[in-house]
Amino acid sequence: MKQEFIITVYSENNIGLLNRLTINFTRRKINIESLTVSASAIQGISKFTIVINETEERVKKVVGQLEKIVDVLKAFYHTNDEMVFQELALYKVPTEALYESDKVEHMVRNSGARILEITKEFTVIEKTGHKEETKQLFDDLSQFGVLQFIRSGRIAITRDPIERLSEFLKERDALLEAMD
Amino acid sequence: MATKRVTGSQAVILSLLEEGVDTIFGYPGGAIMPIYDALYDFDKQIKHILTRHEQGAVHAAEGYAKVTGKAGVCFATSGPGATNLVTGIADAQIDSIPLVCITGQVASPLLGTDAFQESDVIGITMPVTKWNYQVTCVEELPEAIAKAFYIAQSGRPGPVVLDIAKDVQFQELDFEYKKCTKIRSYIPEYAVDPFKVKEAAELIDAAKKPLLLFGQGVIIANAEEELKAFIEKTGIPAAWTLLGLSALPSDHPLNVGMLGMHGNYGPNIKTNEADLIIAVGMRFDDRVTGKVSSYATNAKIIHMEVDPAEINKIVKVDVGVLGSAKRSLPMLTMNVKENKHEAWLQEFRDCDKIEQEKVIQKDTYPTKEGLTMGEAVRMVSEKANHDAVLVTDVGQQQMIASRYFKFTQSKSNVTSGGLGTMGYGVPAAMGAQLGAKDRTVCCFVGDGGFQMTLQELGTIAQNKLPVKIILLNNNFLGMVRQWQQLFFDRRYSFTELQNPDFIMITNGFGIPAHKVTKREELEAGVKKMMEHDGPYLLEVVVEKEDNVFPMVPAGASVSDIILEA
Repeated sequence: MKQEFIITVYSENNIGLLNRLTINFTRRKINIESLTVSASAIQGISKFTIVINETEERVKKVVGQLEKIVDVLKAFYHTNDEMVFQELALYKVPTEALYESDKVEHMVRNSGARILEITKEFTVIEKTGHKEETKQLFDDLSQFGVLQFIRSGRIAITRDPIERLSEFLKERDALLEAMD
Repeated sequence: MATKRVTGSQAVILSLLEEGVDTIFGYPGGAIMPIYDALYDFDKQIKHILTRHEQGAVHAAEGYAKVTGKAGVCFATSGPGATNLVTGIADAQIDSIPLVCITGQVASPLLGTDAFQESDVIGITMPVTKWNYQVTCVEELPEAIAKAFYIAQSGRPGPVVLDIAKDVQFQELDFEYKKCTKIRSYIPEYAVDPFKVKEAAELIDAAKKPLLLFGQGVIIANAEEELKAFIEKTGIPAAWTLLGLSALPSDHPLNVGMLGMHGNYGPNIKTNEADLIIAVGMRFDDRVTGKVSSYATNAKIIHMEVDPAEINKIVKVDVGVLGSAKRSLPMLTMNVKENKHEAWLQEFRDCDKIEQEKVIQKDTYPTKEGLTMGEAVRMVSEKANHDAVLVTDVGQQQMIASRYFKFTQSKSNVTSGGLGTMGYGVPAAMGAQLGAKDRTVCCFVGDGGFQMTLQELGTIAQNKLPVKIILLNNNFLGMVRQWQQLFFDRRYSFTELQNPDFIMITNGFGIPAHKVTKREELEAGVKKMMEHDGPYLLEVVVEKEDNVFPMVPAGASVSDIILEA
């Protein structure tokens, strides 16, 4: 059964690696729902957070292929339950909607969003949350005409008390030392 | 090692020398000219083979790598030169062949401007390389080359592309070379887990009908003796994949033949009767398994493999033993009990008898009119004392040669397995001959594949490579025609060829050639070819509509193997 999985890939910070990673999904015709790349807590190591909808069996196999990439240190996959995750959304609405009633203000307050910028013509609202939450605010604001909308890729951290990559790197360093 | 001031181009050549490279296959052009210029000063240390097409260079490098176990090296220029390598790189990727391909690139200020002969070599080759890298800074060159060789040759081998910008080739650096021995993010081979070995040994000791399947992983790991020791202690019958061919001598009493679509009857049909499959260095390719859902249905499966991503990829295994066969097999041999499976082995011999009567005898000792591919293969193998390097193109001749050619030593089979690249045979044979200078190289090609790369006859002639080419001519794209006959109601859609005079063409390249059309001419023709001191082409005109059997129809179970149409 297909479900949402979060794949986390830790890698060296090298040019071209994003392409090398994503072709693994392309050739298996797996759609990437969202993708975020950033520095990790460990210096020099990049972290890719990739969200896909797939069966666990296929996810396992694709993770195996990702780990084969020379510059990849380690790849993990998790279900949503196993991670704390967020996305960021920005909405641009006409400023006159704020003047006409207090509805927009209520929506912003009730959803835990915040206003980033107000000009005569438009107001920019920011909200972080799960996709369903940012989508809900979009639907609510739609009655006033959303001029622009953007949602970021997912960022996620595990619920594990330990940082699995740190453990992994310790093991890897020991292995490399043994190779000397 | 003391440093010395050299150009990027000189650094490339010096680095290759440090890696022990003695042969390069290539084709010069504008963007790689500085490297070729540097190579000019090293013609005593490095032999460069000028092929007639970059595809010839890369297949030759594959052939060289297959017989030596070392990385094959090729040079090509930017743009079309580099893109012409792509088929061979993809071929090497799927067949796990170590290659280092060095391509020239436009000067770094021109990158991304659609400059003359610019192509995105890194982007194009990314899906078909183990690693690739563009060098745009001269100081990076020695380290990049060292990494390239380490990655190409270690663990599960594969092709690597280094794309070197032209300005880098002119710039100077203080050259110092250090071989790469480790990369933080890359572990080529994991240590064998003794607990897994123990689990595997318990399954082996308990099995009544075990069958061992071995692939190229045994050859890559140089684990031929370890394989033999294991099967001889346990008495387990062993069958080979197309790429595992030659790892075990053909006449070994426990060698029960080839697996897969055109493999032998016994190993295919007995796969579904076995209660244990021990897969060593093979990857359960679909040509081996047929329909996966009905594959090895009665068997527990042990998979011994160097690449973790292969375990459980196609077939769910009971015990996965990660690591090189060179290390894992002796551990397993130590842990298993001595055994004999005489009754089980006899079942394979009974299958052999059936296949012998229904297929092999008719193929190799035919009585009806018209030459068969099988008798030509048998004759060449016999005249070579079953000790030649076999190179094949792709198609019916490949399957027939793999079935009937006999082997006494390993690293004697050069073929395009995973990608099935027509046009592979002739250039791969050149490379094989250069890698195995003292051995006889017999290359079987069909009339279709031969015409894809026959320009390499020029390279063979120029370098006086004593390759024996056996052209099995049936005036058809034989394998496609066979499928059309069996599965497309004999609708021979665009598979019949109007062929040129191959003898005249070969002679035109300065290579002697002879054509055989009758059975009574075959032996003398083969003998003459084998005795000739130099390259030679023997054209054997075979039956137009000869088929390769047995056959597991595509998508069918291995136990549905058919012996005749």
